[in-house]
Amino acid sequence: MTAPFLSLDAITRRFEPRLILGDRIAARLGARVENRPVRAVTEVSLEIAKGETLGLVGESGCGKSTLGRVVAGILPPTSGTVLIDGKPVIEHGRKVTTRVQTVFQDPYASLDPRMRIGDIVAEGPIAHGLASKADAPGYVRDWLSRVGLDPDFAGRYPHQFSGGQRQRVAIARALAMQPDLLVCDEPVASLDVSIQAQIINLFLELRRELGITCLFISHDLRVVRHVSDRVAIMYLGRIVEIGATEAIYRDPQHPYTRALLGSVPKLVLEDDELVRFETISGEIPSPLAPPPGCTFHPRCPVAVEACRREVPVLFDDSDGRMVACHVRAMERAAMTKEGSA
Amino acid sequence: MNAPLLEVEGLRTHFFTRAGVVKAVDGVSFALAPGEILGLVGESGSGKSVTGFSLLGLIDPPGRIVDGSVRLEGEELVGMPTRALRRLRGRRIAMVFQDPMMTLNPVLSIGTQMSLAIRAHDAVSDKAARERSAAVLARVGIPDARARLDAFPHEFSGGMRQRVAIAIAMAHSPAVIVADEPTTALDVSIQAQILFEMRELARESGTALVWISHDLATVSSLAERILVMYAGRIVEEGATATVLRDPRHPYTRGLLDSLPATAEPGRPLNQIPGTTPSLLALPPGCPFAPRCAHASGSCREDPPRRAAAGRAYRCHHPLERVA
Ligand SMILES: Nc1ncnc2c1ncn2[C@@H]1O[C@H](COP(=O)(O)OP(=O)(O)OP(=O)(O)O)[C@@H](O)[C@H]1O
Ligand SMILES: Nc1ncnc2c1ncn2[C@@H]1O[C@H](COP(=O)(O)OP(=O)(O)OP(=O)(O)O)[C@@H](O)[C@H]1O
Ligand code: SF4
Ligand SMILES: [Mg+2]
Ligand SMILES: [Mg+2]
Repeated sequence: MTAPFLSLDAITRRFEPRLILGDRIAARLGARVENRPVRAVTEVSLEIAKGETLGLVGESGCGKSTLGRVVAGILPPTSGTVLIDGKPVIEHGRKVTTRVQTVFQDPYASLDPRMRIGDIVAEGPIAHGLASKADAPGYVRDWLSRVGLDPDFAGRYPHQFSGGQRQRVAIARALAMQPDLLVCDEPVASLDVSIQAQIINLFLELRRELGITCLFISHDLRVVRHVSDRVAIMYLGRIVEIGATEAIYRDPQHPYTRALLGSVPKLVLEDDELVRFETISGEIPSPLAPPPGCTFHPRCPVAVEACRREVPVLFDDSDGRMVACHVRAMERAAMTKEGSA
Repeated sequence: MNAPLLEVEGLRTHFFTRAGVVKAVDGVSFALAPGEILGLVGESGSGKSVTGFSLLGLIDPPGRIVDGSVRLEGEELVGMPTRALRRLRGRRIAMVFQDPMMTLNPVLSIGTQMSLAIRAHDAVSDKAARERSAAVLARVGIPDARARLDAFPHEFSGGMRQRVAIAIAMAHSPAVIVADEPTTALDVSIQAQILFEMRELARESGTALVWISHDLATVSSLAERILVMYAGRIVEEGATATVLRDPRHPYTRGLLDSLPATAEPGRPLNQIPGTTPSLLALPPGCPFAPRCAHASGSCREDPPRRAAAGRAYRCHHPLERVA
């Protein structure tokens, strides 16, 4: 095994509520005021090898973007470390590397509406000496056309583009920084399928050409399957299963992974077929007060008593796959026993 | 058949930019019955969002509705004074924007904005409005809804913001909701819950939905009818399952072929050759001709008219039925 390119060690990120003045006074006077922190990410450890793409999936609000922002050095973790090539991404609360770049979920919010897109793409490379002011226009044209935009659009403003076109601008801006690690947060969520296909193909091609390592966050399980070498499934701030993509899709082990893969919508080609929407049963737990034990237990079809008490840890299931589930761990133990008996 | 609730006829919305006239929507017509769910799909930049904005009269200069009509419950909305339109928006017709931050004000808490939206049209107390806010938030799957009313938009995840925008649109059970990519940031399970809630809303309150999305699987599971847009026009329409099973327009075929499920993991996906045409300089004939494998001389010269042999499409060389 080669040394990991990216390694996360026990990353935890909480968000403390800020109490407004009235609440602070009320709290002093003894009133019960909501001040539970949001536990966005809890003790996540994982590694990504050079050139590898790790897909990160999970329910909306489970902490994917928060983890992505920690990896990118945009958000300091509450505890834990992020190392790229053995060096920290954040030192003294400041991002110290340009080797990671991000493409965000939201192409609207991430582009400054008052800047021309040519300047948006050129800003970083000029600031970091990847292109001189004089070379910048050519450099920008090159990246715009590589992401499939007409280079003549460089003089336009973001509002003059459709959602899909803006996402290409965001991708061009990130790639123009020639990063080693790309954190993609829902990079194709706002694109129609034909453009999505172009962007995914572009991504596969650039990854091969440039050897970029990637953390690919998406809720689209079909897209993740297509682009990832390995995939990590997150539930309420924790990784519950991680391993080779095909193995997990073919044979998911964690009950949450199973439920998630079971709810992928399919193309309906029969007339008058009323689709039953497969939701995962039970209340979605709150990150303000995660359930004790396994956070999935209130919704889990196979939960046992231990699930309500103890937090399951990730164990090595098979072929490098890790799973955090009591029931699976017991099954596994029984299988090994049988095998050795 | 129910009387149409919303009737759109010959809608044209153009942007008069320095570089020229962008014909973002160029002759779009459709009707919606109460409780009906209509899917609107198509190329990025083809005018889906602008169509949605036009229905609510939300086109700002340099854009303008240059032609056509939008009738909601018999009332003409094109040319209606802004004040009258404001009274309708949110109450009779609402929109879930592709970008939830267009609905949400970053400096107000979620609870405050939802209460404001509710009290804009209903004379209820602040307390009652907060109760109702928490209830609709729970409907779109936000856990611990009441405790999170005091959070600000930036403290919510992307999908949570999207759900707040949906909750605000649902708050008044309007006659029509235009939902623009409403579930793109949601995972499959919550998406399923939203789709379920939307279908219930359509069934119970007769709310009709225009469901703009590029996710063909969700559209196919929700919408009875589908419109496929390309370069500002509707190029194919019909019953959703029929259109997706048996597309007649080569663009629709291309869309279906680009789905990740059709290729092996890690291999390039099929993509439609060429690039999205510039709306500033559309070719004189079929706008899809430069990218179409079936294009002939007539395609490059005459714009195909709407053919309606059972199902409508605009193509000189419609694909054969697959038996
Ligand atoms: N700045 C913040 N302040 C307070 N809470 C936050 C902040 N950012 C995120 N959170 C909370 O952390 C949790 C995880 O959010 P995150 O954005 O990481 O989710 P996500 O998995 O990316 O979801 P989605 O798929 O919807 O984008 C949520 O409950 C969210 O409300
Ligand atoms: N204010 C504007 N000025 C000039 N052109 C505009 C403006 N707003 C939109 N357009 C153009 O109108 C066309 C249609 O845009 P629209 O946002 O409706 O596309 P869309 O179908 O919703 O695409 P997507 O799937 O990417 O959201 C685009 O080509 C866009 O560039
Ligand atoms: S640990 Fe228990 S509750 Fe959690 S997923 Fe496994 S079986 Fe279900
Ligand atoms: Mg996110
Ligand atoms: Mg749009």
